[in-house]
Amino acid sequence: MPAVSKGDGMRGLAVFISDIRNCKSKEAEIKRINKELANIRSKFKGDKALDGYSKKKYVCKLLFIFLLGHDIDFGHMEAVNLLSSNKYTEKQIGYLFISVLVNSNSELIRLINNAIKNDLSSRNPTFMCLALHCIANVGSREMAEAFAGEIPRILVAGDTMDSVKQSAALCLLRLYKTSPDLVLMGEWTSRVVHLLNDQHMGVVTAAISLITCLSQKNPDEFKTCVSLAVSRLSRIVSSASTDLQDYTYYFVPAPWLSCKLLRLLQCYPPPEDGAVKGRLVECLETILNKAQEPPKSKKVQHSNAKNAILFEAISLIIHYDSEPNLLVRACNQLGQFLQHRETNLRYLALESMCTLASSEFSHEAVKTHIETVINALKTERDVSVRQRAADLLYAMCDRSNAKQIVAEMLSYLETADYSIREEMVLKVAILAEKYAVDYSWYVDTILNLIRIAGDYVSEEVWYRVIQIVINRDDVQGYAAKTVFEALQAPACHENMVKVGGYILGEFGNLIAGDPRSSPLVQFNLLHSKFHLCSVPTRALLLSAYIKFINLFPETKSTIQEVLRSDSQIRNSDVELQQRAVEYLKLSSIASTDVLATVLEEMPPFPERESSILAKLKKKKGPGAVSNHLLKTRKACLTDIKGISTPSPSADLLGLRAGPPVTAAAPSAGSLLVDVFSEAGVNDDGFLRFVCKNNGVLFENQLLQIGIKSEYRQNLGRMYLFYGNKTSVQFVTFTTTLNVQAKPVEPLIEGGAQVQQVINIECLTDFSDAPLLNIKFRYGGALQNLTLKLPVTINKFFQPTEMASHDFFQRWKQLSLPQQEAQKIFKANHAMDTEVLKAKLLGLGMALLENVDPNPENFVCAGVIQTKAQQVGSLLRLEPNAQAQMYRLTVRSSKDTVSKRLCELLAEQF
Amino acid sequence: MIKAILIFNNHGKPRLSKFYEHYTEDTEQQIIRETFHLVSKRDENICNFLEGGLLIGGSENKLIYRHYATLYFVFCVDSSESELGILDLIQVFVETLDKCFENVCELDLIFHMDKVHNILAEMVMGGMVLETNMSEIITQAEAHNKMEKSESEEQVSVGFLASALDRKQRRCIVSV
Repeated sequence: MPAVSKGDGMRGLAVFISDIRNCKSKEAEIKRINKELANIRSKFKGDKALDGYSKKKYVCKLLFIFLLGHDIDFGHMEAVNLLSSNKYTEKQIGYLFISVLVNSNSELIRLINNAIKNDLSSRNPTFMCLALHCIANVGSREMAEAFAGEIPRILVAGDTMDSVKQSAALCLLRLYKTSPDLVLMGEWTSRVVHLLNDQHMGVVTAAISLITCLSQKNPDEFKTCVSLAVSRLSRIVSSASTDLQDYTYYFVPAPWLSCKLLRLLQCYPPPEDGAVKGRLVECLETILNKAQEPPKSKKVQHSNAKNAILFEAISLIIHYDSEPNLLVRACNQLGQFLQHRETNLRYLALESMCTLASSEFSHEAVKTHIETVINALKTERDVSVRQRAADLLYAMCDRSNAKQIVAEMLSYLETADYSIREEMVLKVAILAEKYAVDYSWYVDTILNLIRIAGDYVSEEVWYRVIQIVINRDDVQGYAAKTVFEALQAPACHENMVKVGGYILGEFGNLIAGDPRSSPLVQFNLLHSKFHLCSVPTRALLLSAYIKFINLFPETKSTIQEVLRSDSQIRNSDVELQQRAVEYLKLSSIASTDVLATVLEEMPPFPERESSILAKLKKKKGPGAVSNHLLKTRKACLTDIKGISTPSPSADLLGLRAGPPVTAAAPSAGSLLVDVFSEAGVNDDGFLRFVCKNNGVLFENQLLQIGIKSEYRQNLGRMYLFYGNKTSVQFVTFTTTLNVQAKPVEPLIEGGAQVQQVINIECLTDFSDAPLLNIKFRYGGALQNLTLKLPVTINKFFQPTEMASHDFFQRWKQLSLPQQEAQKIFKANHAMDTEVLKAKLLGLGMALLENVDPNPENFVCAGVIQTKAQQVGSLLRLEPNAQAQMYRLTVRSSKDTVSKRLCELLAEQF
Repeated sequence: MIKAILIFNNHGKPRLSKFYEHYTEDTEQQIIRETFHLVSKRDENICNFLEGGLLIGGSENKLIYRHYATLYFVFCVDSSESELGILDLIQVFVETLDKCFENVCELDLIFHMDKVHNILAEMVMGGMVLETNMSEIITQAEAHNKMEKSESEEQVSVGFLASALDRKQRRCIVSV
């Protein structure tokens, strides 16, 4: 018998749906719907009480109308009324309406909560499931407040039906996701973990999602799930295909659950217990072996299910990254899939191999598939597969194959799908830079990139090529020659003109000896592009022209004539006009010496993280530039001197850019400064001041800012010293603070220093530091800088001495979960006890000796003084020298304070 | 986690939409349109996975879909789900519908929206999978159906209209 019999439809509903379907036009449909809405509204408002059947019918109609994309603004109350019906049919339709139509901030929630409460305590499993579903669907905070305590009890109670347990597990998961602070597992933890052993596979299926989520958030507390998951997995994997009856799907035993178990294990490192680990390795081997067996069915579902498990097993092997034998087997298996006739498998194989390429054990094995992957990039019909192939080429690239891969990617770019071109361009640019052995190859590659896909070459890419050319004198001549040749093309991309203009302006002299690229030829070539370019490019070209006057005095009259023409000196664009006027004047009044000083060659750029890499990270989210990139980059950085940064690891991991590079020429010129200026808040120095009060907050080529500060109770005073490092005065120097400050001298003479005093009062606890904005004119250019002032909550600490007994008593008093903040983090500096002590003292709390039973640990106590209140805080720092990790726990009477202190301190050690 | 489950026909008409994260009604409709646009332009027999549309979270999410006769079944999931696993789940869902409705077709979904929702609720709850065992799901659906029947005995039962209305459109969506 079919589960849904077709005889019990509602006639009115069926007629209405047919009417809608027969509507010939959108207007007719809307008309019919409005008529129906009016009808239902009048029925709901009417005096006659509606019976359950009619209510159900109307609610169904509303649902249908909603699905068609029309707003439903009534009927909610009727649906809520249906919830309290005793009939399943009515109750069910009421819940359906609510889960589809009611959002989490509806004011009806209270009424709904009441109905749910009744159903949960009804002990009728069907009603309980309906109620649990409703909670999971709406999942609002109010619901969490009402039911977060109740549901774990239902979940682990011995007499709960299996189907209710399943629903309760997922319901709890949903509440945990929306309001983790309200779902307190504590005493339930071990019983929840043991659901993995439940006899009913459905219960395990539901529970494992809950356990996975909880393990990700609290790995330590749920550690015991590892051995349980391994034994469950092993039982499934070794079972015959008929053992699990209904959970066998096309001859594969419990594929879904197996996948989920393998996912859960990916939350943890390999098991420490040898027996557990042995059992797991055996499972993984069995899964890999099964892939080689002949299929038990020809149906695609069979191979799908089998491969779903296989891919998860491979992910786990890659995650562990510790079993060379398994890694190589995994790689071979994926290699087979790369040539499989199923597109889905090729796609997944490319994706998994991407992560595999980052493992040192299998990197070489992955590389053997390069031809297949290149072929996929060229021939796959599906763009999503081609994209995975491009990702994999990027991941498997190293010095040995960089030239081949970059060439392939470049040739693919010509036909690549528009949606992925920009990302491809970034990748090519990064690989070219990373693996450049000779820089002429690098320059060629980037110029090719601009030629092929100029529209997709972002500023970061062409900024970077200029940075590199300027910093490396062995490539400058070649670069000048190449851009000169590239500019010969009748149509060339504007980005090419920019790079060409900049490079010829700096290094045109290196190729001027050749009569085919004499100064005037160079100038005419550049100027022939001028009229086709946008304003910023024209501005850049004007700067290149004035540089030409310096490099090649013989071009002076020609260029002056160009600058003097109406189209320049009277240009409607202010920037262009200003440049034309200033450059013209400069070229006519300044002596050759002055001109030479002003227009001197650009100094090398300070080394920092490639801005392109930062852009790719931003594009893909910080986690997405997977560790293979970081790993390989680290390796290559040591090879390329001149591009590497002094501290590669810090630079790679910190997404913050270094101090703004204003790249001003050492003399008064402000030429081309705009090309590299950088906006954004600079908080580099900020964290260094958490544990100390005096020092240098900021420094670049122009300006140094020093700080001295002192704090007492909830008051503080900060002296800011602005030092001018240049020989020229800064004019209209202003600082603005988003809190009040005394004004500062508007003028700083060259080499001089001015002082500013800021008085600080802490009114209440805070997390955001005050921002200091500094603006001044240096030469002609306006400089703009925003800094975080290092005023942090811990500055207002009063140290409190106490004995061991008192400490632990207070520690226990502050036991609410939100009062505690904890972080586990890797040591950034050497773990020297004396240094740690000094830092903790600098924090402002009292460092308590002989309190913690473990002498390795540090405990501190203090009271934060704010005008509004005093916040007592306790701190415990547990170093683990072996793992080079710290665990930091802060408890205080105010949750925001604990959190903030924890964040601040985690960056210090 | 499953972010959304969408069923629409070859012309983009939605037949079922279930979102497990909150969006405004407008956004939901836009997501359906965007998803249809992404999925329908793809050839048959290519990969069943693609990156999600911008509205539903871009490349963080994947769309995993199957195309049956007149209907697209699309699951939008985040990176914590196995692609092939979800593909199997879609198959289980469709086979279950097929058993419950006896050769399910698009019209069954239209006229029995509430039942389709109920069957789905037996499988997926709050974006997580509740049950994958087909016979368990069908047992539950049958039990509910029985309850419904016993309650509506007193009410006038009316013949099922759909097949009479347009027989032409009764194309079964699965051939298992």
